[in-house]
Amino acid sequence: MTTTPPRPAVEIRDLHKSFGPLEVLKGIDFEVAQGEVVCVVGPSGSGKSTLLRCVDLLEEPTAGRIWVNGVEMTDPDVEVDAVRRGIGMVFQSFNLFPHLTVLNNLTIAQRRVLRRGRAEAERIARANLERVGLTDKADAFPAQLSGGQQQRAAIARSLSMEPKLMLFDEPTSALDPELVGDVLTVMRQLAEDGMTMMVVTHEMAFARDVADRVVFMDGGVVVEQGPPQEVLGAPKHERTRAFLSRVLDPTRVAQLGQPDQAPEPPAAPGLPADDRHRI
Amino acid sequence: MKLRRRQRERLSLGIQYLVFIAVIAAVLFAADWDRLADAFFRVDIIKSMFPTIITVALRNTILYTLGAFAFGLVFGTILALMRLSRVAPYRWVATAYIELFRGLPALLVLFLVGYGIPIAFPERQIPGGVFGSIAIGLGLTAAAYMAETIRAGIQAVPKGQMEAARTLGMSHFTAMRTIVIPQAFRIVIPPLTNELILLTKDSSLAYVLGVTAQTIEITKFGRDMLNDRVNATPLLVAGLAYLVITLPLSQVVRRLELRYAKAR
Repeated sequence: MTTTPPRPAVEIRDLHKSFGPLEVLKGIDFEVAQGEVVCVVGPSGSGKSTLLRCVDLLEEPTAGRIWVNGVEMTDPDVEVDAVRRGIGMVFQSFNLFPHLTVLNNLTIAQRRVLRRGRAEAERIARANLERVGLTDKADAFPAQLSGGQQQRAAIARSLSMEPKLMLFDEPTSALDPELVGDVLTVMRQLAEDGMTMMVVTHEMAFARDVADRVVFMDGGVVVEQGPPQEVLGAPKHERTRAFLSRVLDPTRVAQLGQPDQAPEPPAAPGLPADDRHRI
Repeated sequence: MKLRRRQRERLSLGIQYLVFIAVIAAVLFAADWDRLADAFFRVDIIKSMFPTIITVALRNTILYTLGAFAFGLVFGTILALMRLSRVAPYRWVATAYIELFRGLPALLVLFLVGYGIPIAFPERQIPGGVFGSIAIGLGLTAAAYMAETIRAGIQAVPKGQMEAARTLGMSHFTAMRTIVIPQAFRIVIPPLTNELILLTKDSSLAYVLGVTAQTIEITKFGRDMLNDRVNATPLLVAGLAYLVITLPLSQVVRRLELRYAKAR
């Protein structure tokens, strides 16, 4: 495989990952170009989160190779801490440090890892808090914030390390519905600023509006990928269509048996035939 | 006659208060207060115990306790990290140590340190004399218990904390030191304080090492006075002296828990 500069932000070749006897990733080939926003969608258990975690080496791949910003993560001698400085990771459960104030959450890695002085670290931290709209929460502890505020603080914490690539692992899945919008707005702004992003998400509207490319995964493989209007608007594969109809119209599980049919208008509420098929 | 629900509740509560008052009254009337006061509350004996019980006995009890606690905390933390190590032999050694020392009476370990080692190595001396022997003798046992507490505390810190720290580029060591262990210690403050209170009381075992007038602690002091005056008053005073240490400790824990509750 030859690659011409500039190298992609993420390059994955024939990636396999097993947990014991369970093969979660069954040969993934995948790239994220510099500045590209890629949304990975798919049913739970499809391996999309595992794929994302492999990129940051939170999971050790069973086979295959991964490069991030031109450095091979799967090289046994890789300086993983050094590569991770260029990668921001946002978790479903935020994972803010509960014993530190928001400001210290944003400065601790700057100071310990990048060896920045206190004044510089705090200046960068405050700039990033402003970016996510949390200027007034610098001295609060994470437990005093709402879920949406915590996730925005977590994004600001990652940004304070000035990463070249941001990974998002279902960033809004743990949030109350009315708080999702704030986080997505921050992410959209980030995308518009040119950040390279790989987003595992169930937010189809976000994928449709913000992603340069949507990747649909199922059963440990990439089923199809392309511009959002193609993958989400006119999916080629049966599995993609079945998934989308389930996500966009969750009560119509009955349609799974005939996924090739064009989506019908939603059934009138309270039809008894529908109830039999609900999970 | 059938009682209604509120009437039944009132009746039940009334009976409970009645029983309580009856028991208190019975004790007050039945007890021989003159003899009790003479055996347990002789003001002249109380006076004669001061100030030595504070300046020597209480002080030594605190010193022995802190010595054993410090030894146990440092050694226990090392054992806890060994239990969680990726290196299997470290895990084996730590597990064996913990199982062994949790199974042995503290008194036996104290004998071992106080007499066994000096007999085995007569040319060597345990640094710090009686203090050193007690700190190590009680600390060896305390370390085994504290290791398990600290290990549980480290494991109670969610995995995502370590992952978040590592994805920010921290090494395993830095993440452990600045993120995981500080949170683990907040979790284990209540059980560790329990251990401190237990050690306060275990420090009374020091008498088996043959303490002198300078190294005497509360229980031995109380017992010596008991023999000397043939009166139980010194035991009452000794008991109160322990409460002077342990009750404020419980208060401190409550305060710390409240403060950390904000940051969790």
